[in-house]
Amino acid sequence: MDARVKLLLALALVLCISLMPVAAWPVYILLLALILSAAILSELRMRPLLRRSMVALPFALAALPLLLTVPGQTAVALRLGPLHLAVTVPGVERFASIVVRSWLSVQVAILLTATTQLPDLLVAMGQLHMPRLLVAILSLMWRYLAVLVDEAIRMMRARDARSASWSGRGGGTLAWRASVTGSMAGSLFLRGLERSERIHNAMLSRGYDGSIRGIAVPPLDWRSRLLVLLGLIVVLALLLFGYWVA
Amino acid sequence: MAGQTCAAIQIRGLSFSYSDGNQALRDIDLCIAAGEKVALVGPNGAGKSTLLLHLNGILTGQQGQVMVGDVVVSAPHLRLVRAVVGIVFQNPDDQLFSPTVFDDVAYGPIYMGLSEGEIRQRVARALGQVGMESYAPRTSHHLSLGEKKRISIATVLAMDPRVLALDEPSSGLDPRARRTLIHLLQQLGQTMLVSTHDMMLVAELCSRMVVLDQGRIVADGATRDLLANDELLRAHGLEAPPALGR
Amino acid sequence: MWTSELSGAAITWAARTTTDAAGAAGGAFMHIPDGFLSTPVSLVLWVVAVLVVGVALVKVNRDMDEKRVPLMGVMAAAIFAGQMLNFAVTGGTSGHLLGAAIATALLGPWAAIVVMTCVVGTQAILFQDGGLLALGANLVNMAVIGVAVSYGVLSVVRRLLGNKRTGWLVGGLLAGWSSIFVASLACALQLALSGTSPANIALPAMGGIHALIGVGEALITAAALALVYVARRDVLERGEAAAGGRGLAVGGLVLAVLLVVLSPLASSHPDGLEWVAEEHGFLGSMLEAPFQLIADYVFPGIADERLATIAAGIIGVAVVLAVTWLAGSARRRRGSQGVA
Repeated sequence: MDARVKLLLALALVLCISLMPVAAWPVYILLLALILSAAILSELRMRPLLRRSMVALPFALAALPLLLTVPGQTAVALRLGPLHLAVTVPGVERFASIVVRSWLSVQVAILLTATTQLPDLLVAMGQLHMPRLLVAILSLMWRYLAVLVDEAIRMMRARDARSASWSGRGGGTLAWRASVTGSMAGSLFLRGLERSERIHNAMLSRGYDGSIRGIAVPPLDWRSRLLVLLGLIVVLALLLFGYWVA
Repeated sequence: MAGQTCAAIQIRGLSFSYSDGNQALRDIDLCIAAGEKVALVGPNGAGKSTLLLHLNGILTGQQGQVMVGDVVVSAPHLRLVRAVVGIVFQNPDDQLFSPTVFDDVAYGPIYMGLSEGEIRQRVARALGQVGMESYAPRTSHHLSLGEKKRISIATVLAMDPRVLALDEPSSGLDPRARRTLIHLLQQLGQTMLVSTHDMMLVAELCSRMVVLDQGRIVADGATRDLLANDELLRAHGLEAPPALGR
Repeated sequence: MWTSELSGAAITWAARTTTDAAGAAGGAFMHIPDGFLSTPVSLVLWVVAVLVVGVALVKVNRDMDEKRVPLMGVMAAAIFAGQMLNFAVTGGTSGHLLGAAIATALLGPWAAIVVMTCVVGTQAILFQDGGLLALGANLVNMAVIGVAVSYGVLSVVRRLLGNKRTGWLVGGLLAGWSSIFVASLACALQLALSGTSPANIALPAMGGIHALIGVGEALITAAALALVYVARRDVLERGEAAAGGRGLAVGGLVLAVLLVVLSPLASSHPDGLEWVAEEHGFLGSMLEAPFQLIADYVFPGIADERLATIAAGIIGVAVVLAVTWLAGSARRRRGSQGVA
């Protein structure tokens, strides 16, 4: 499947999930089934997918107060000392809906990136009118990401290797540790800068003049367009169903 | 007498695989006595660097045990182990991240919680040992590779380790810098494990040589004997240095 | 699809970010996932992000020479990698940096906006650190507000303290801190406007936590700038000379002041934001769930229909998971037996 199709459908799906009303449980389950079957069809392994999808969950703490603040029928009443806290049913619904929808959205994103190579994704974004300068910068960033991440990891290892203490105390002050990290960051950036100058020279030696050219990609064929259309119809149908159910 | 011969480092049955499944070390047994200077040689990818990283607990094998002195290298003792074992990494840029040379050499002592007087004393002594006393106020960023390598050794010496592990100390050095480095290492009294491709350095510095290939120790003996064994060397991607006859 | 080391490093980083966020109870970073911002808020912020980044690209195109692609590409990678650097705070928690202030000092504001956009965008798309729909908001908070506020603060401090080292140090401290603090206020306001977090909790919580986290960023930024000052002062001077325009500096400061003033107001009048939070009101009428369709889902023993529905929903999800897991492993087993 063309990367552009995947990108468009993924975005449509995420938008759909975001527009879903609260407590549209049957549709949430439908969406989950849809996402997971797409994952199976793409021959992805479930466990890493589900493990990665848990990444966003700690943010749910931000929505925790909703349990208490949304007005409605009380589900559970808690008493913490002088505090009377009432967990309301609409609060639980709202909170649970947010968590579930967030979880579904993350899975869509994982599905997209697991089935699409970044270079293809960048080309897709370029075709969808993302500025060429940005695409060029992202390509270069991608190329050097592993290199610089490696450098950062090696720096941290070297620092750990010199982080010793005889008695279990030590460690310096927090401010000192922070400024050491700052020095490490500064070194990393400075070396990155100088490396970019060397890369620039290499590019110049191969005829680079600042203009950004790429290999032309053919426009979407009618099958892909049909696929996008069908996908959008399905997404719309899910959305309407969601509103009918809620 | 296992006690004496393993006084500095004792590795028993160490096996390690990276998270992507690559088995880097297979059943390593190694004993190093106090004051010994041992060379670790082998083709690229043999696992030399990986083995060094086990000495101070940056990596931990799935099987087996590493002991430094009479301390087991494991999670509760890492800070202590790192005071005893100093690793000098291959790329000095990974270890030099502070604004001045003084700051970089002082990192270890500061972390250990020493007094200011002691810190200054250690820095002066370490820089003296590598012959770079006057470099203290300078920025490491602009120094030559040879100078950086010596300073990175000083950053480790400032912690007064009993064991020094060095990863490719002479790689990239011009003949003069190399000569200075070998001379420096010969002067130091610490137990040493030197991972290197530089067979002449091995011949000059290390009385004992350990050959590693595909994660296994394939030879361990007196340097002079092993360097005379052309077949062994060739079988593991090594070459004897040209002029050995003295 | 990823190189194995990068995915390993990335998973470690994602795991680390998760534990740090949990440890700092409120999010050590401001990458908002999808589902926490209402659709109108997300879309408006997307429009803002696209506009500002578009302007930044135009400016960069016009003002920088052809070195810009390798320079910004590598610097984006460097900031990404720099965000992995950590330092022990207490117990198990560690601090990280965002880097907007450092990027601004080294590259100038417009290039910094582009670079931070690349970093935040990549984190969202590749590592699900921050949602896709919420990306507009995250870009506005971290790439735009972070940079604009840094630029404003740096400009003012440098003008006051002159061309010396202290100017950069103090500038770094203040710019680092304010970029984090002000961005977190914006983030909290967005959550409140979306009805996800009540303003009188979100603002003090986010603001309070990030006032602390900002101290880490301040120290790291100052130390980083100190190192660059000592090793290559010309880089800092080049960054400063990079066309920024007083408009952006003033804009950054005004934004900072606005948010700082607005927050206590919003915090004490949370109801004022509630009417905006009616996302249902935006797209259709909010109906009380008739529950005809899900009558079958009602569990005996749980009195309230709606709670029963939630329980049914959770069980339904579990069933779907189990079925797909089985189907997935059956498929793989078939595949490994050589059946086409």
